[in-house]
Parts: sequence; structure tokens; C-alpha cells
Amino acid sequence: MSQKRILKDGTPLLKVEGLTKYFPVHSGVFSRVTDQVQAVDGVSFEVYPGETLGLVGESGCGKTTAARCVLRLIEPTSGQVQFDGEDIIGLGRTALRTMRQHMQIIFQDPYSSLNPRMSVGNIIGEPLRVHGLVKGKEYEQRIDELLERVGLAPDTRQRYPHEFSGGQRQRIGIARALALNPKFIVCDEAVSALDVSIQAQIINLLKALQEEFGMAYLFIAHDLNVVHHIADRVAVMYLGKVVEMAPVDELFMSPKHPYTQALIAANPIPDPDIGHDVVPLSGDVPSPLHPPTGCRFHTRCPQVMDQCRSLEPELNQSGEGREAHGVWCHLH
Amino acid sequence: MWSYILRNLLQRLVLLFIVSVIAHGVVHLAPGEPTQVDPSNPRMKPEDIVKIRKAFHLDEPLHLQYAYWMRDLLSGELKSFKDSQPVLPKIWDRFLNSLPLFILATIIVWTLSFPTGIKAAIRRGSIYDRSTAFIAYTLISVPGFFLSYLAILWVVAVLGVPVIGMRTFGMEDAMPWFQGMDRIWHLVIPSLMSALGGIAVLSRYVRSQMLEVIGQDYVRTARAKGLPEDQVIYHHALRNALLPFVTMFGFLLPGLIGGSVIFEQIFAWPGLGRLGYDAILSRDFPVILTINFIAAALTLAGTFVSDLLYAVADPRIRLH
Repeated sequence: MSQKRILKDGTPLLKVEGLTKYFPVHSGVFSRVTDQVQAVDGVSFEVYPGETLGLVGESGCGKTTAARCVLRLIEPTSGQVQFDGEDIIGLGRTALRTMRQHMQIIFQDPYSSLNPRMSVGNIIGEPLRVHGLVKGKEYEQRIDELLERVGLAPDTRQRYPHEFSGGQRQRIGIARALALNPKFIVCDEAVSALDVSIQAQIINLLKALQEEFGMAYLFIAHDLNVVHHIADRVAVMYLGKVVEMAPVDELFMSPKHPYTQALIAANPIPDPDIGHDVVPLSGDVPSPLHPPTGCRFHTRCPQVMDQCRSLEPELNQSGEGREAHGVWCHLH
Repeated sequence: MWSYILRNLLQRLVLLFIVSVIAHGVVHLAPGEPTQVDPSNPRMKPEDIVKIRKAFHLDEPLHLQYAYWMRDLLSGELKSFKDSQPVLPKIWDRFLNSLPLFILATIIVWTLSFPTGIKAAIRRGSIYDRSTAFIAYTLISVPGFFLSYLAILWVVAVLGVPVIGMRTFGMEDAMPWFQGMDRIWHLVIPSLMSALGGIAVLSRYVRSQMLEVIGQDYVRTARAKGLPEDQVIYHHALRNALLPFVTMFGFLLPGLIGGSVIFEQIFAWPGLGRLGYDAILSRDFPVILTINFIAAALTLAGTFVSDLLYAVADPRIRLH
């Protein structure tokens, strides 16, 4: 199912350290800040050139917020983000705009994320013009090329987003992200809004493009099968924190964190040879407004111990670089 | 496309007819007739009243009166009850008087509301946003005529500038330049006063439209492309926020007729609004009905134009 690529060690393209985003909660007559939603709390990960890091977790666990903070579409509260050796957080507005050439994003909703008043050609071509990458005839050529590469006819450039189906729109979104030849693309639930058959097409397109152009993906999803299929490494998030991170096959074959185990057990895999101990999870995800003390998973963990309730688990890591298998759990 | 336009026009013609019938009925249902405006006038003897009623066809059934009015209107021979002057040239003269007031007020409203509203939306919750909101609601709440009287007092007392009417009497012999300046001075305060309410309402509307659009996903997409913030706001957000204003633009046209009845009254501006007001007081049916008819026609024309503009402005709306 998953293609095991040769994992080379090297310097990471993207290095995220202690990324934190708290959203203030306003209330009262004077709308003072009374509380904070801890959407992302001290998340660290690396993305290496040309690889795909899958980011999985339940709805509301902070996957999207983390990814948007990395691109600074949302300003993070604290933390470090280094892209290609450059500190993203400290960049000024102009420098950040230039940086956007190299880091793009494909959004979840292909219906609302394309400007309804712009033709497809303009949507794709605008970044080219703004960043001054191509001129004159080359411009038209490049748009046709991009459309063709994502599997759309060049004559679609005059048409408007509402004339396309969901899958086609997502192809437009991909062409737009590709336009600037980025080194890194965030796929923010890029296939979640699509039909399963269309999902497969888009995922295969993303994989083919990665092999051709060699960019890295941060692939956010809640569908484990999709992640298993496309990712090289996977990070599992729970309530604003990464709980486990490992190469994809290792994570699926021998998950260490009880939460990961439960997720994988709950995921129907059409393969009778892979056996799992079913770990039922009870209860709901606690509110990120007042997350549990200690290990955030302790309220639902089947193997909870006393220290889990008060002590935050530290990283336990085996292996190095891309092969590292890290887990944040008192059991390990 | 052409069949759509044709069908649309025909529908509007039918609607215009219905509107004119209803207006005719309402005007005649209202108490009072031209003959009863001044009952204490000793010259109004019963036989005169009968004569007048006969001359104006007021003694005939309503549907016949409607037919007479329509016939005279279409042949251009419609005359005012009050002074027997032809109605259409009379309206046209007054229209030309109202036009500069209307144009200047409209320009003021649209050029001031947009920057104000956009800035308030971008800086939501800032001191600028709150203070413009406060001023806007103050302007909406304070009646325009009250502010106008204050403005007249202030302008006349402090600046010594004339404001009543369209020009100062006795300046006909002055140099053209002085006459021109005099006219402009007379124009400024009334148009500013009639614009104030519009600015307050429209800028709030612009703000809420912008706020709605700025939160949209495609605006985030535009930011992710690495576009300059100005391009994100004006190219991606504003263009989408503009759509509802296309409709409002269509409704501007009828404002040409009744837009400033109150302000023309306050500033003694000899415009269409005042003509209509005076006509109502003297039960001058032909004038009332014709102004109403033109206003209805302009409303229908305005909405027709905004329908067409909609299709131009928004590719999602296609006319088939």
C-alpha cells in the first residue's frame, strides 16, 4: 500500500520548534480577553526536502492551525519556524511575501477557496505576475502548461470556478499552488471534501507531481488510509500536541501511543493480514479551553497511570532524523 | 440573452401600467379635489365648481379620467390644473434644477462611504472603527432637517454665505464668474446635508459587506499566494463585496425624482421634489400623477439596468 521510498538523511527543509497558538476568548461588555483556547501547544516537527509528512488527528486537534501558523497565514503566539535555514517568524511583510513563492498551500474546500469573480487563467496566473516570474508570451504558455499538468484542458482558462466540479476545482487549486514552483506545499485536508474516487485521482496527481518536481508536502488529513498511502512519515496530534511521530509503516505496524493505537484500531483497513488489538476509546475530546493537566490524553486513555494526571510526558525517541520514532507517553 | 432582455422589458411595461392605475386610484381616493382646496374663496360659486369639475373631467368615472390622463400624457398635451401650463416642460425645468443637487450629493455619498467603510472593516474594533460607527449612528438618528437648520444658521452667521434658493437675487448683472461662484455656494450646503444620511447608511453597509468578504476562504487564498495586502483588499475582497451595491446603484435613478423633497423644501430649492410637494398640496392631479409615473418608470429602468450590470459584474449570474 505505501511506497517505501529510500529515506535519506539530510538537513530538514522545514523545522518547527515549540509552535504555539492561543486564541484569545473575548467576553463581557468590554470584550476583554477572559480566556484562551490552546489550539496548538508546543508542536515540533521537521519536513525534509521531497518527502511527505502526514499530520493526522481528530477534528479540532489543531492540525490546520499548526499548518497555517507555519505559513504565517495565522500569527503564532510563540515558537520557531525555520524554512530553508531562514526564520519565518521574524520576517517582515515584504520578505514574507517573497517567501510565499517557496511555500504554498492547497485548501480543503475547493468551492470557497477560489475567487468566484476571477477566471481560472487569472487565478493561476496572478501569483506569476505579482512575483514577476514570467513575462509576455511565456505567461500564457506557463498557464497552459500548468493546466495541462494537473489534467485540465488549456481552453478552461477563460472559464470561472463555478463551472467546474469539485475535483476539477481542486486541480485548479493545485495548479495555482504549483505555479510558483514551491519547495513546500501544505495540503490542508486537500482531498477531504471530495468523493472517494476523486480523492484517489487527486492523491495520485499529488504523488506524481512530487516525483516530478520534488517538493515536500505537509499533508493534513483525518483519513488514515489516505495518509498511509501518501505519507513518508506521520505525526499524530491530539488536543494541540503531537503525541507520536514515526515513519509511516512503522507507525501503522507498531504504534506506541495508546491514542495512535486506538486511531489505527478504529480505522477499517481492508487487509485481513494486519491484525490489531481493538482499544475502545470512551468519552469526548476535552475542550482546548481548559485542557487536562499532565498528559492531555489521560482522561480517555485505557492505560492511564497516576503520573499521567499530573506530569507532562517527555519525548521518548528511537532512531535519528527521518527514521526517528518519537512518542510522548509515560508508558515508553 | 436578447429574448431575456425583451421579455424583461415587456414585464416591466405591464408593471408600469399597473403602478400607474394604482397611483391614479390612490390619488383620487385621497380626500380633496382641486375645487376644494380653497373653499373660503368667495369667487368659488357652486356653478363655478361644476364648471371646473367639467373642464377637468372630474365629474366622470375614474377609468375615463385615467384614459383622459393617459391620452394627454402620451400626446404631450397634459396641462396642470393649477396654472394650465403644460406638465412635461414644467417637470423638465424642475428636473434640470434638481439634477446638480442630486449629482453632487450622490458623488459625495459614494466617494466618502467607500473609503470610510473599507477602512472600518479592515481595522475592525479599532478606535477608528468605533468612532465612525458612533458618528454614523448619530447622523442616522439626528433628523436631516434639524441638522440642515443648524447648518443654515452656522453658514449664514459665521461664513456669511448665502444658502437659500439656487442663487442670490439681483446678481443677474454680475460677472459670469461671480454668478457661477454664487451658484456653487448655493449648491454646496444642500447637497452636503442631503448626502450626510446617505454616507452614514452606505458606509455601514460597505463595512459589513467587506467584513463578510474578508473572512472568505478565497481571500485567505489570495494572501497565501503572497499578494500585497492592497491587492488582496481591493482586487479580491472589494470586487466581491461590490455586488450588492450594483443593485443599489439601480435604485439611485428614482432618487432623481423624489430624493430630496425635504431638503428642497428647507433650502427653497426650486426642484422636482418641491414641485411634487406643492402639487400635492394643491391637488394638482396631472402633475402628481405624471411625477409618480416618471418615478415608477425610472425605478423600473434602474432595476433593469442593475439586472444587466449584475450579469456583467458576476460571472456566476448568466443571462440565458
